[in-house]
Amino acid sequence: MEHILSWITAHQMMLYFILLSVFVGIEVIGGVPTVLHTPLMSGANAIHGVVIVGAIIVLLNMEEPGLLEYSLGFLAVFLGTLNVVGGFVVTDRMLEMFKKKK
Amino acid sequence: MIMELGLYTGIKTVSYLCGALTFIIGLKMMGSPKRARSGNAIAALGMVVSIFATIFFHTNAQGELKPIPVAVYAVLVLALLSGTLVGWITAKKVQMTKMPELVSMFNGMGGACAALISIIELQHLYHSINANPLSLLLFLANGLPYGLIATILAGLIIGSVSFSGSVIAFLKLNGTMAKPIRLPYYNIINTAFLIALIGYAIYFVLNGGTLASAMLLFLGALVYGVLFTIPIGGADMPVVISLLNSFTGLAAAFGGFLYDNKVMLTGGILVGSAGTLLTLVMCKAMNRSLSSVIFGAFGASATTSASTTEKGSTRDLNASDIAVLMNYSKKVVIVPGYGLAVAQAQHTIKELENLLEERGVEVKYAIHPVAGRMPGHMNVLLAESNVSYDKLVEMDDINPEFDQTDVVLVVGANDVVNPAAKTDPTSPIYGMPILEVNRAHHIIVNKRSMNAGYAGIDNLLFYDSKCAMFFGDAKKALTDLITEIKAL
Repeated sequence: MEHILSWITAHQMMLYFILLSVFVGIEVIGGVPTVLHTPLMSGANAIHGVVIVGAIIVLLNMEEPGLLEYSLGFLAVFLGTLNVVGGFVVTDRMLEMFKKKK
Repeated sequence: MIMELGLYTGIKTVSYLCGALTFIIGLKMMGSPKRARSGNAIAALGMVVSIFATIFFHTNAQGELKPIPVAVYAVLVLALLSGTLVGWITAKKVQMTKMPELVSMFNGMGGACAALISIIELQHLYHSINANPLSLLLFLANGLPYGLIATILAGLIIGSVSFSGSVIAFLKLNGTMAKPIRLPYYNIINTAFLIALIGYAIYFVLNGGTLASAMLLFLGALVYGVLFTIPIGGADMPVVISLLNSFTGLAAAFGGFLYDNKVMLTGGILVGSAGTLLTLVMCKAMNRSLSSVIFGAFGASATTSASTTEKGSTRDLNASDIAVLMNYSKKVVIVPGYGLAVAQAQHTIKELENLLEERGVEVKYAIHPVAGRMPGHMNVLLAESNVSYDKLVEMDDINPEFDQTDVVLVVGANDVVNPAAKTDPTSPIYGMPILEVNRAHHIIVNKRSMNAGYAGIDNLLFYDSKCAMFFGDAKKALTDLITEIKAL
């Protein structure tokens, strides 16, 4: 219990940050028309590709990596990049169509 | 408390701040049709800035640039380039009808990425503890390992569930795994499995465990992702993808927590909460609760209800009859469904629209919120064939117009026009908002056969005396219809 409480105290800024971000997320997409649900889902999908930043950090932090570490690190960055690039490009393709016929 | 962390950390912090800001602004802009594309581009720009800042300003605790071995840089660059290439090409080449699958696949990749980060971190942790047992004592003295291990494991489990679940969703959407697979007592099995998984994770956090038992958790999470997704029917897949999308967001957020990285946290939590809201909105559009999507078996009780109603018989019409009917109408409303997309008939339907408008017929499209495979999917498909945005009318706006509509042409849609949703309380889709096409003077339904729709239930509309069936593949049937109208 003491551990948990001291952990919470130590991370309180982070926890406030999370609390507020949750509501920003809800607020930001409130009232989106149905037409845009699919592109929005796809766009959100691209944004969580930010996990790639973690993959890069973990790779750059490696000390004396062996083949296993290299392979895992490569795979993590590769998959993260797929998520980011694929996500943004496919969202752009969807939205491009909405714009075209003006 | 201001620490001297130097220039590099400062630049990195500003870059991350910009990244987080672009995500929020980008997501907000994606909510309006006019600014959506710029919003996406802005978020992408912020992402690139964050990625470059991470690579070029990789600092140690003192704020000095950390020297990176050349081999690590080489692996990083190779991974980034190959990922960009593969992602770009796949996203550019995919057919618009296959888009939901693709989104699911990319989502799974993000989940796998989060899981891998946790695996590497765990391995690193065990490695350093083995190499230097003092580091464990240091950890314990600071009271750190609980939070650290819990964060790593959360990223591992959520990422893995998201990955394997997304792969199953992908297989279901592309038709490889068409039927839902329901083990006996699958709800009980799944719930028990989840409880066991979380229980073991908690035990692991509190008492520690070996790397091997962490891998067991990883495998367990992968299995749970599969168990979670296989019983869910294809019609509910958009909801599942949206849910898994927010899972991956959550996994990314745990990664942000792990590295005290605010841009990961912002991006992850934004998607986590926005994705959850989007999931609920989708459920609402289908008049389903999230728990009924996850636990309920759509179609299991379905077969019983339709047989109790008096059906009567259906009526067929051929292309030339329909051509005459449409040509002399004032107003035609087209109800497109996934059958249209599968047949790749979105361009043909546009041709039909042009032809009818030339003849002075008013043409509109009625878009059910869940038409296609995802909410808004049909809009994207029709936009692809240049159907004008203002011709696409949403359900609540078009329903009152059906009274003045001469002909409704239903192409490859089924459950969304089933009047049983309004009239038959025993129907599994009872209460789902539908397009009230039966208020129109004539209804033409194009289908390949009399087979039931995605929900697996019979459609009472087909037995309506105003309704006529027009069998055939959507593209071929519409082409025939166009030929007949041109001949008039």
